[in-house]
This record gives sequence, C-alpha cells and structure tokens, in this order.
Amino acid sequence: MKHRYRTPLSVARGLGSANHGLGHWWMQRLTAIALVPLVLWFVVSIIALAGQGRAQVLAWMQSPFHGVALCLFLITALYHANLGLMKIFEDYVQARWLQLTSRIAASFAAVFLGSAGVFALLKLAFGG
Amino acid sequence: MHKFSLPLNSRVAKGKTWPAEKGATNVRKFHIYRWDPDTTDLPRMDTYEVDMDKCGPMLLHALVKIKDEIDPTLTFRRSCREGICGSCSMNINGSNTLACTQNLSDLAPGDVTINPLPHMEVIKDLVPDLTHFYAQYESIKPWLQTQSAAPPDKERLQSPEDRKKLDGLYECILCACCSTSCPSYWWNGERYLGPAILLQAQRWLLDSRDEATGERLDDLDDPYRLFRCDTILNCTRVCPKGLNPAKAIVDIKKQLLERQI
Repeated sequence: MKHRYRTPLSVARGLGSANHGLGHWWMQRLTAIALVPLVLWFVVSIIALAGQGRAQVLAWMQSPFHGVALCLFLITALYHANLGLMKIFEDYVQARWLQLTSRIAASFAAVFLGSAGVFALLKLAFGG
Repeated sequence: MHKFSLPLNSRVAKGKTWPAEKGATNVRKFHIYRWDPDTTDLPRMDTYEVDMDKCGPMLLHALVKIKDEIDPTLTFRRSCREGICGSCSMNINGSNTLACTQNLSDLAPGDVTINPLPHMEVIKDLVPDLTHFYAQYESIKPWLQTQSAAPPDKERLQSPEDRKKLDGLYECILCACCSTSCPSYWWNGERYLGPAILLQAQRWLLDSRDEATGERLDDLDDPYRLFRCDTILNCTRVCPKGLNPAKAIVDIKKQLLERQI
C-alpha cells in the first residue's frame, strides 16, 4: 500500500539508472587480481621473518622491492575491503540513513588506516 | 532497521489435517501453505492426505485432486499443465519450480511441503503478487526498438547465426522461479531487476534487429538494477526450463565493460 496511487511501472522505473555501477564491479575484480600475488608475497615474507629481530625486519622494509610491495599491499587490500563492505551494506542494511552512515564510516576508516599505515611505513623505511 | 520478531502474517500456525478416504493404502501427505485475506486468521499449514493410487504422476495432479475432491477453497494458479505458461510456479520441498512439470516420484520420498514463491506478498494461499515483477519486465522495454523504418515489403531479416544467439534466452516463460529464489532479489527486489528480467533484457540486447542496444545498456548500468547480482546461482539451479540467467547477467556486465575499454 506504500505506492497506492502510483502505477506499478512508475515504481519499477523509480529514479532511473544511476549510469554507473560497472566501475565498482570492475575495480573489485582488478584489486582482487592484484591481491593474488600480493597476498602470496605477504604470507611468504611474514613466515620468513617470523622470530627475527627488529634490525632484520627493518632491513626488509627498507629494501625498495619489499617496501613498495608492502605499500601496494596495504593500499590495495584496504581499497578492496572498502569496496566489499560497500556491497555488504547495500545488500543487507535496509535503513537508508544507517546504510549511508556505514558506508561513510567504512570509507573514512579505510582512508585513515591507509594513510596511517603508509606514514608509518615511510617513517620506518627512511627514518629507521 | 532489523526487526527481532516476525510481522504478524509471517508467523505460520498449525492448520488442520484432512484425512485420506477410508480404504486408501498408498497415502502421501501434502503440507500446504494457506492464507485467506478475508479473515483475520494467521497463515497456516494444512495437511492433506492423498490416495496416490488415484492420483496422476505430477504435483499439479495432486493439487487439482485436492481442490476437486478434498478442499475446494485451496487456491493456486495453473493453466497449461505443460510447463509453457509459467502460472503454477511455487516452492516445493524448499525449491522453486513448476507444479506441472514436477514429477512426484522425483521428489524425496515422504511428505511434500508446498509454499508460495518466497519473499513475495501473498494474495491468497499459493498465489503470490507478481505486480512489481511484471512492471520490472515492462520497464526494460521487452520489444524491438528501431530507428530505421521497417522494410515495406518484408520482415526485418535476421541470419540463422544471429537467431541462434537468442537460444537459451527466448525460452523464458517468466514464471519467476529464479527471481524469487535469489537472495539479492529478496533483500533489494524493489530496485534490483532480478535474474528473470535481466535474462529477458539480454534477450533484447542480443537481438541483431534491435537498434537500442546502447540505451538498453545505459538503463542497466546501475548498482541496484544490475550489479546486485553476486553470482549466487540459485537462479540457474531452479530454472524449470533449464536456462542460465546467471550467465546472461555476466554477459550483460561484459557488454558494459566492452564499450568502455
């Protein structure tokens, strides 16, 4: 009875197409592909570093290859996680205000964690 | 927000049992969802005991027998009884399918439980309200759209190869088994078009005679209309015509990608 005086077609057409949607879907797949080698590298590295001291870990971070890879892993993983969370909120959170709040909070958290992570990494890599 | 108790009419009460006629030896029980909008009663599950020695082989035979011989108030849609009209779609033992093409011997032995198509408003008993579903179908403009004038003396021609591309799409009978089995459609059915309508959309996207492919894709490029699909594949699993709506949806996404790269 919510749409009592609107035609069913008017309800179905709604506000029309957003004319985007592919971007989210495509980036989710691109980041997933990028994460395959990054996660493998990360797991192997963490196992190799297990039990080693601060100096060794620092040397590992300061090597150009591992430093850049760690940076990429951090950004890609957070970006991918944010895309996934957005989809979960859209799927399961029915209240619009809560959906929007959750999406904003997740995006802010991803950007904050990414910035803090990259800053910490740079500080360690260049400052020791 | 989340509700922690079900709305009143979503609670299903225990119904009554209609025992089989005396002397019946081969009895099978059918538990069937009943709800009458003209009363204030809760929905209930009625149990009908049917003499299978005097019943045809299909589930629709059992339903018609119940309506004819046991309880004439039982309400359900049916028409062609051969899987082409799509009227008698319902949830049988937890899976959406057509009652007319569901052989009783193919079901797990024992009792049979029949519910209306999931997550749709119920009009009465096994009859769901498909108004929005049909309106969504209308919204994708399921007809040939052209700009060039029709040839004056003949049909718009199509090669046999191009016609072949519509196989696996044109057979859809819009029974809504797939859409109502799809969790994404359950949660966001007002905006998500659902597998049946998207398969139909792909049928018109692929038609070589259609001249509105771009506009059709524009209309679908939407986070809710198309991209709610998470490839859960319930649609493909239940389709009583053996079609693959999930593949049609992936093919629409591919076409959107194709025009961007």
